[in-house]
Amino acid sequence: MSTAPPSHAPTASPLLIAREGHVWRLPDLREAWRYRELLWVFAARDIRVRYKQAVIGVAWAVVQPLFTMVAFTIVARIGSLSTDGLPPEVFYFCGMLPWLLFSSSVSSAADSLVANQDLITKVYFPRLILPAAAIATALVDFAVSFVFLLGLMAAYRVVPPVQLLLLPLVAGLGVLTALGFGFWWSALTVRFRDVRHVTPFLLQLWLFGTPVLYSAAAVHHAWPRALLELNPMTGVVEGFRWCMLGRGSPCRALAASAVTTIGVLASSLFYFRRVERTLADDL
Amino acid sequence: MSAELALVRASGVGKLFRLHGDVAGARTTLRETLASWMGGGKRRPKTLAYWALRDVSFEVRPGEVVGIVGHNGAGKSTLLRIVSRITEPTEGRVEVRGRVGSLLDVGTGFHLELTGRENIFLNGAILGMKRAEVARKFDEIVAFAGTEAFLDMPVKHYSTGMYMRLGFAVAAHLETDALLVDEVLAVGDAAFQKKCIGKMGEVARDGRAVLFVSHNLGAVRALCSRALVLAQGSVHFDGATDAAISHYLTHVAPSGEKDGEILFPPPGLTFGPLAIHAVRCLDDAGVVRALFDASERVRVGLDVETAGGLRGLHAVLRVSTHDGETAFQSAGAIAPDADLPPGRFHVSCAIPGGLLNGRAYVVEISLETPGSHEVAPRRPYVSFAISGAGGLGADTPEAWPGVVRPRLDWTVGRP
Repeated sequence: MSTAPPSHAPTASPLLIAREGHVWRLPDLREAWRYRELLWVFAARDIRVRYKQAVIGVAWAVVQPLFTMVAFTIVARIGSLSTDGLPPEVFYFCGMLPWLLFSSSVSSAADSLVANQDLITKVYFPRLILPAAAIATALVDFAVSFVFLLGLMAAYRVVPPVQLLLLPLVAGLGVLTALGFGFWWSALTVRFRDVRHVTPFLLQLWLFGTPVLYSAAAVHHAWPRALLELNPMTGVVEGFRWCMLGRGSPCRALAASAVTTIGVLASSLFYFRRVERTLADDL
Repeated sequence: MSAELALVRASGVGKLFRLHGDVAGARTTLRETLASWMGGGKRRPKTLAYWALRDVSFEVRPGEVVGIVGHNGAGKSTLLRIVSRITEPTEGRVEVRGRVGSLLDVGTGFHLELTGRENIFLNGAILGMKRAEVARKFDEIVAFAGTEAFLDMPVKHYSTGMYMRLGFAVAAHLETDALLVDEVLAVGDAAFQKKCIGKMGEVARDGRAVLFVSHNLGAVRALCSRALVLAQGSVHFDGATDAAISHYLTHVAPSGEKDGEILFPPPGLTFGPLAIHAVRCLDDAGVVRALFDASERVRVGLDVETAGGLRGLHAVLRVSTHDGETAFQSAGAIAPDADLPPGRFHVSCAIPGGLLNGRAYVVEISLETPGSHEVAPRRPYVSFAISGAGGLGADTPEAWPGVVRPRLDWTVGRP
């Protein structure tokens, strides 16, 4: 029977599958990194499917911020709201971009585990890939509408300041914030069946607590300001506007945001790992 | 030598499942959880726990194809899910050397809106293949599946057969050290099943290992060198396939039955004026057995005692498969036109060789008097299995279709 030598002589040290006990642990991030190709595959799948189904295709990414921008521009013009001396079209669209990156990341990450339960119960891969891929999908929309923003700025003759060069850092912070809350929400949605009903409502409230449709500089009272600075999205949105339009002084908010985000991201990983252990049984 | 190293080694593996009320798993609502926190944990939902697996230990060495047989709910799928890392064990550990590929379902992660080509890459990536690896094997995968013409069509337009073939083709080209396969062969036609089984044999000859869960005892017998019998979450038997299957059929399958024989201690299984003492499956030499070759005759013997009377008593034998499909029914007169004398007697029925298919059968018996009056109502007594050997097409490992596989007279002539 066995004439040929085995072509797959196993040499690597064995992988151990065992219960880890009741301690809080981090997920195996190195392994998740090895599976990074799968992340792009999932993201590409979602994008491809969406653009195949949606008649308007790529324009889909722009429609949502565009409509919000138009609606608020009308409101701003009627109610003569302050937009930091910028054309309201540019001000609102610019604020909507980082916010939509965050909110669509969190809401699709929240659904990602439940939506892919067929996969989770049939094949192994690091589960972190799923919420992370949801964020990658949102990033593609972000990129499309970013190009649209540049066009809008050109049309209104708004020249970006020199701190545009810092934009990747601010966007990176935005992605980390989205990852942290995305991991938390995906795990909570699995653990508690009713969380998914709360998510849209919560994101709606959150939008009003973030200086997207107003400028943080317009908030003077101590308490609302403190709350605003606790919100990690404040720094991201303010920072984004600062980089693109040169308004505001977001250093304090950015620093607060970075600290909160690190805390949220770290805790989300521990909680995710805890839920991941029995994920396939709980779905 | 590397062949001495186990590819998979499970030691003391156990899996505890919790049921919350009637909801499986730990999923509860936030509302309930908050309410129970505020109420000091008084209104905690009832939890029910049960061990799906307990103290399971085994090894799989390179080049081995190990079958896992057992009833539904015996823990087979849970075991595969633990070895493939889909879920964690509650206790014990599994050591795995090298890459493990699991094939618990065909077409895992296929997206209906995407084309065949897109799904090959998607499915490959989900199973753990690099894009370059899939690209390298792309033509081979397509050829194996036989779906060249439909590559750029969304898989939602595929027939079930095409979908299954494409799914298996991707998984079959995964380069793994151990392959876990669950029931996938139940789908698809005979030609496709043959292809799948051939592929699994290839994997084993390569020095890799296969762990194969199936209800198809014929496929397990043809493919596996060794088999585990799982019952109530623990390993009942671990050994050569034939021995494992006969263990499964005799110890695990129907209750009270042992090695093709069931004995009722005195006064026997009584039905009014009649008592059954024993039911047996015997070969021509009169030896009790549970496993027969397809060419052998199977005798079903019945030890009965009566108080007399019962004019017109006859026995009805029904042979059916484990899924409850009847293969045939046959009646034999015991007392055609006279009363029976009191005392014990023996009834036997011979099922000819070359009739039954290579699978497991259950023997059901009833004893009746004219007017369809059942003295002893029909119930299953013993079971036996036919191994696939003997005759044309006998070495095909997959089960032939049909509950019987009669050897018929074929003639060829010229006009």
